[in-house]
Amino acid sequence: MSSRRTSTTAGRWMSKTAVNGALVLAVLYMLLPLVWLVTAATKDTGGLLAGNAFSFEDFNLGANLSALATYSDGVYFRWYLNSLLYAGGGAVVSSLISVAAGYAFDKYRFRGKEKLFGAVLLGVLVPTTALALPMYLLASEVGIVNTYWAVLVPVLVHPFGVYLARVFSAGYIPDEALEAARIDGAGELRVFWSIGMRMIMPGFVTVFLFQFTAIWNNFFLPLVMLSDQKLFPLSLGLYAWNSNAHGEPEFYPLVVTGSLLAVVPLIVAFVSLQRHWKAGLTAGSVK
Amino acid sequence: MKARTRTHAAAGVLLTPFFVLFTLVMVVPIGYAVWLSLFTEKQSGLGFGGTETVFSGLDNYTAALGDPAFREGFAVLLGYCVFYIPLMIGGALALALLIDSTLARARRFFQLALFLPHAVPGIIAALIWVYLYTPQLSPVVDAMEAGGIGFDFFAPEGALPSVINIALWEWLGYNMVIFYAALQAVDRSVLEAATVDGAGAWRTALSIKVPLIRASVVMVALFTVIGSLQLFTEPLIINKGTGSSVTSTWTPNMYAYTAAFDRNDYGLAAAASVLLALTAALLSFAVTRFTGRKGRKA
Repeated sequence: MSSRRTSTTAGRWMSKTAVNGALVLAVLYMLLPLVWLVTAATKDTGGLLAGNAFSFEDFNLGANLSALATYSDGVYFRWYLNSLLYAGGGAVVSSLISVAAGYAFDKYRFRGKEKLFGAVLLGVLVPTTALALPMYLLASEVGIVNTYWAVLVPVLVHPFGVYLARVFSAGYIPDEALEAARIDGAGELRVFWSIGMRMIMPGFVTVFLFQFTAIWNNFFLPLVMLSDQKLFPLSLGLYAWNSNAHGEPEFYPLVVTGSLLAVVPLIVAFVSLQRHWKAGLTAGSVK
Repeated sequence: MKARTRTHAAAGVLLTPFFVLFTLVMVVPIGYAVWLSLFTEKQSGLGFGGTETVFSGLDNYTAALGDPAFREGFAVLLGYCVFYIPLMIGGALALALLIDSTLARARRFFQLALFLPHAVPGIIAALIWVYLYTPQLSPVVDAMEAGGIGFDFFAPEGALPSVINIALWEWLGYNMVIFYAALQAVDRSVLEAATVDGAGAWRTALSIKVPLIRASVVMVALFTVIGSLQLFTEPLIINKGTGSSVTSTWTPNMYAYTAAFDRNDYGLAAAASVLLALTAALLSFAVTRFTGRKGRKA
């Protein structure tokens, strides 16, 4: 009996080592490129090309940062502000629009509802890059190519956000709460704004984060729409610099340090909102 | 009656912003793409009169499908999907099951660490990995060479693994979090019952947990398929200046972009886009049907 217990304890210890060992390996694969990004951002052109990448020798981060701030009148930080505007503004507005629509789909009955919702689901399946070219041609007819609007308007539509919002609305907002507010004499829109919105907040955060990340990472649409460097988001600006770097290696530290700074807002957003979006994801995946 | 009118009005107000934009940004461009794909720009006269747009029926489609570069793009995409999709779904599921198992420690740390690459924009992920693929610059290539493995990430046979690796790095953790969230919602009493019945960890994971989160698996599979078809950023970065075998028409999406912006052939580009969207529709349909049937059998 006792020998049996020892063997299962040993077996459990082995499985435990195997499970956690596998996870550690996966984490190394995920984190090493990020560690490289941090160490590489501290190197000058020579240090980068010399290839002793995972070290902090020849610490040059300060010089890289000031080069980033001064190059071409600080255009990098202009891109940074643009990205914040596109991703922040775009995600707030598109999440509001999605949540309003999702709530209406969940809480109201009207004719043709499921057909309309079917159209939303079809929208989820349309590859957005296949739309970029016709969108560009339409935008040039309307005359908004190479303006903020050309990048901002298309990202306001987020069919998957509507789908998620409907699921969240069903999970988070009990009909009784709305009924109570109605009996108190509140109008429908007021019920949505002061009861529905408050209860669906974790869902709103999830939809917001999905959309914020997607816009921050957006590359194809700005690539097609924008030619004026002043309107570029970070992704497009860094791409332009990287294209130069093959001819002029002095661009390498700018690209690497610029990339490191471009990652920071997303990591901050995800870590600080982790509790909310994970609650949101759990609710979203139950149904 | 009055209350009903009131709720109808409210539903209208809440739905209008979305559907107005939806029409402008999705429905109209799709229609416009189909329309454009039916026309060709022709040089009029000897080329002095500029160009005129003439109706050409399905000529753009036959031109695209007749172009070996476009067909090779689909072949590349097929190869990519065959390796990438099982690796992605299997890998993300395996990681989620590992973290969900009773043996795992430091769950919050593992989740966050695995998720972090998703916070890196695709273009930056591609830039990082291109550095890590480049001999002389890369500690990874150095380490592999020291271990006796010579692999050229930019060679013809290296292109596909290079791109797949970048995509896996970006999306594994993201999909893992979705699966893990679904696993968390599984009723624990079902799992306890399985353990009491003598099911081991493996059996519980594969025959109980995975079927219970099937809806999430289907959703992730759908998004992975649609995402795969849009493959553009990563190969574009590898294409630019690394001297690799990734050409400017390597994927159908790159083909459409090149047709539109290098050759100014909007009709051809629109036809290529429409064909890509149709493929996405067909594949999405296949994924839902296939996974749905499999689920009913189980």
